[in-house]
Amino acid sequence: MAEPQIDKIGLKVGLEIHQQLATNKKLFCRCKPLELEEYPILFSRKLRLAKSELGKYDPAALFESSKSKQIQYFANPQSSCLVEYDDEPPHKLDQDAKNTALIIASALNSNIFDESYVMRKIVIDGSNTSGFQRTMLMSQGGYIDVDGQKVGVQSICLEEDAAKLLKDSENTREYALDRLGIPLVEIALDPVDGSPAFVKKIALTLGRLLRVTRRVTRGIGSIRQDVNISVTGGGIVEVKGVQQLDQLEKIILYEAKRQHGLQLIAQKLEKIDLDSISKDQSVDVTSFFSDCKSKVVQKSIKDGFIIKALGIKNFAGMFGYEPYEAIRLGKELGQQVRFFGIGGIFHSDELPNYGIEQDNVDKLRVLLKLEKNDGFFIIAGPKDKIEFAIDAVINRIKAAKNGVPAETRAATNAGDTVFLRPRPGSSRMYPETDIPPILVDKQELEFAQKNIPKSWDETIADLQKKYGINLQLAEQVFDSEYMELFESICTKYQNPNFVASVLCSTITNLQRQGLDQTLLKPEYITRTFDLLANDKIAKESVEIIFENIMSQKIKTPDDFAQSQSSFGDAELEKFLDEIIQNNIGIVQKQGTHSVGMLMGMAMKSLRGKISGEKISKSLEAKITKILEK
Amino acid sequence: MSEYRGYNGKALEFLKQNKVKVGDTVTLTTDSDQTATIMPRYEHSDDAHIVVKFKSGYNVGLRLDTIKKISFLSNDIPIQANSNPIKQNPALPKILLLSTGGTIASRIDYRTGSVTPALTAQELNSSVPELAEIANIDAEVLFSEYSENITPEHWLKIAQKLDSLAKSDYKGILVAHGTDTMQYTAAFLSFALSGFPKPIVLVGSQRSSDRPSSDAALNLIGAAKFIVRSNMNGVFVAMHNSENDDDTACHLGTRVRKNHTSKRNAFETVGAKPAFIISQDTLIQNFPGPYYKQKDYTPKISLDSKVALIKYHPGYDPKMFEYILDQKYKAIIFEGTGLGHIGKSMYDLVKRAKQENVFLGMTSQCLDGQVNMAVYESGRDLMNFGIVPLSNMISEIALVKAMWALGTDAKNISNTMLVNVASEFTE
Repeated sequence: MAEPQIDKIGLKVGLEIHQQLATNKKLFCRCKPLELEEYPILFSRKLRLAKSELGKYDPAALFESSKSKQIQYFANPQSSCLVEYDDEPPHKLDQDAKNTALIIASALNSNIFDESYVMRKIVIDGSNTSGFQRTMLMSQGGYIDVDGQKVGVQSICLEEDAAKLLKDSENTREYALDRLGIPLVEIALDPVDGSPAFVKKIALTLGRLLRVTRRVTRGIGSIRQDVNISVTGGGIVEVKGVQQLDQLEKIILYEAKRQHGLQLIAQKLEKIDLDSISKDQSVDVTSFFSDCKSKVVQKSIKDGFIIKALGIKNFAGMFGYEPYEAIRLGKELGQQVRFFGIGGIFHSDELPNYGIEQDNVDKLRVLLKLEKNDGFFIIAGPKDKIEFAIDAVINRIKAAKNGVPAETRAATNAGDTVFLRPRPGSSRMYPETDIPPILVDKQELEFAQKNIPKSWDETIADLQKKYGINLQLAEQVFDSEYMELFESICTKYQNPNFVASVLCSTITNLQRQGLDQTLLKPEYITRTFDLLANDKIAKESVEIIFENIMSQKIKTPDDFAQSQSSFGDAELEKFLDEIIQNNIGIVQKQGTHSVGMLMGMAMKSLRGKISGEKISKSLEAKITKILEK
Repeated sequence: MSEYRGYNGKALEFLKQNKVKVGDTVTLTTDSDQTATIMPRYEHSDDAHIVVKFKSGYNVGLRLDTIKKISFLSNDIPIQANSNPIKQNPALPKILLLSTGGTIASRIDYRTGSVTPALTAQELNSSVPELAEIANIDAEVLFSEYSENITPEHWLKIAQKLDSLAKSDYKGILVAHGTDTMQYTAAFLSFALSGFPKPIVLVGSQRSSDRPSSDAALNLIGAAKFIVRSNMNGVFVAMHNSENDDDTACHLGTRVRKNHTSKRNAFETVGAKPAFIISQDTLIQNFPGPYYKQKDYTPKISLDSKVALIKYHPGYDPKMFEYILDQKYKAIIFEGTGLGHIGKSMYDLVKRAKQENVFLGMTSQCLDGQVNMAVYESGRDLMNFGIVPLSNMISEIALVKAMWALGTDAKNISNTMLVNVASEFTE
């Protein structure tokens, strides 16, 4: 099937990067930013819509509120307090976070506001206990140099991170509060019309600029890219939650295809009257379907759902028209209702199917008084939600005439996107009345200027020089989440090349084998190298220890060291003597050449327990002795 | 919104010179061109900036010397979203929602940048559509004041308003009130409107209703359900029962205290469970009633605020007590230590007060438990001097009761203070 011509559709991509700051406090309280897995505190809340500063309701918030779920919060007092529970006003803005934001803004040549207002960005999906995210605009303008090209900065904001979603079910949502309130810097870049590969390069360059400040956190989840994507004549689509750079290119290509596809669909819809579609024309067909054999339909009836159908004049073929592979209006509609806990819709272009037979379809057409050219859709859902869902579908059909609606979508792991909510407007912002305006004084600006970090190239060159490692390894270490760990280990164990390669490739390889990297806590890594530095374990043991920890065979490096300490010199002698005796024929035949083979046998059992060097020496000595005889 | 709200000095001059004012959308040139709306400025701020809201919704202060050009673009007065008229259901009982201000009716105040009580009772009502399913709610604003600005004059005003509704067809009355001094108002209404034939429920919130997480909605819903479901008259305070948005606790107006500065469940009944717990579908009754010891409605809406509350502590300077006596205060409520004591340094002044016919009542700073002045010698001494132990009455409630007793029958204050009027003592 055809693919859109990327360079002909006016593709524009703007990056928005959210980077957690490595402060030791949260933005508006003294809690430590720890990720804990135990939550002794549990409470439940409901959020409701509040009007904006100018007396309007925000469309995104209105959409979320129509779903009205009960929200359960899980908290640990080590990482959260009454501020996160929304049971105490915020404390003073953390100075460290403010300084970091100012340094980043200065590094990006951005114009800093010396008076800024903390705003409440209304978010009522429950990810903030208050129903809003606190955010402030620190600066506007500026640029970043990417391969000699200047990419403009739109704005830099300092804001609170949201709570972590644990579970989302039909009527409740569960969040953990560890992450809520950790400072984030949001950097929005000007849209560029470069290739997806260039966009990826921008993201990498900006990420590295942030990392060289050494004031940001690393690792999965600590940096998030949102991407604003549009094509000529279409609305701007914000895609949230791109966590890995590799995903970025795929998402951009998918959106280009989807958005151009929607424009082709819009062309087809041009002459069809959609304005007259109204919810009032929908018909309750619950009893009509009581005899239908479809399992989906029967389950809906059994669950007490209401089934409604709505006919649309001259719409036949429109739901299923597919300008590009898997780009159909029908699919867009299904995603609209999924957020109300409704599985999807059936439309006339895909029926008969799913157990709904031709006979059902024919009779339904009669009931809805439809001509051959007309289309219809069927939707089933609980009484309190179905009206919202039908509204959502109708609105989306009407919007299809204009091509690409401005909306917020979520990135999937597969590299495509799904509808999340309408795009929020300025009505979602309300001044945070609990915090006075934030002023930036001269000293703070000077401090930021003085602390602009060196460039990436200089930083890497320094790193290479200091530790004697090659360019690739230096870049890998600096990009990885283990940079700080690397430096601290190297103060005690003087083999930076080995440390870097363990941190950058050994661990990654183990993870690729399906082992769980999260079990390998930083303190275990440090401890392993401590043991190595003190000759308590062999170099080969490092990988074995990590493998054992990541596969839950042991918990800590000391578990391993203890199990090894029983293997003393006497045992080694005995073990090697046995191997030699069992293979005495080969030894006599091959002479000193047999060392290699016997070494392999010994290592099978002794790997990691005793250093290979020691085994090899001992083995050589023994064989030489035998041959001398 | 005034045209130049909050602006003064250079900033005000700047706006006037450029013929723009608060609420105008303008085009701005700083380092780049953009459109923005001019917002009010807080009074405590300097005159070197103007506040603008960008299209993104962010507000910032722009330093005047960074603005190269500013010109008027438009003035779209934001359309206030019309609150849907609420449908009345003749099958449901009627409730009056009387607003007196407080966080429950708050939104941003451009004078200071913090919040101010500004929502009308009608807005409050329409922001909680669930209320319409419980009762037909009429709404009225009596005044809009924060707790700390509520005076005994305001108590009188509320009491008089309620008195006029004694024979109305309302099933009960909700009073939206700031939380900081809610227990004082509840106590006064309890004494002044003894025997009032309908439930009076004070409702407040700890998180303002301009935020999605406000506790106002649940508190209002719980209070309305209580009025509809319970048949007990009395004065109550309805607030969150826990951290959760599920149950509302309904406390006796004379036994309740705000015991936390910011939590939703800041209010607690001293020494007992809340009188009622209202959950989604059930009403748990912990207080058997009746609330008023006298059945008939006998309003006595009067007070004399010449009453002092003295919290005795180590190092308390008796001169302060002396000053109070010099100022001709007519009653003094002591918040004594433990079982109800004040130190020997106070004795001479206690004797003087008694000679001057000042009523002296003793409560305890322990908050919970009975005062018992017979256990230690100092207690017996104090009783001898004429200090009246006030059982387990909460000190603030005793203060209010003394004001009311003085205002209605000053000569008889000693007796009145010891008669249980509205469950202020546990018997």
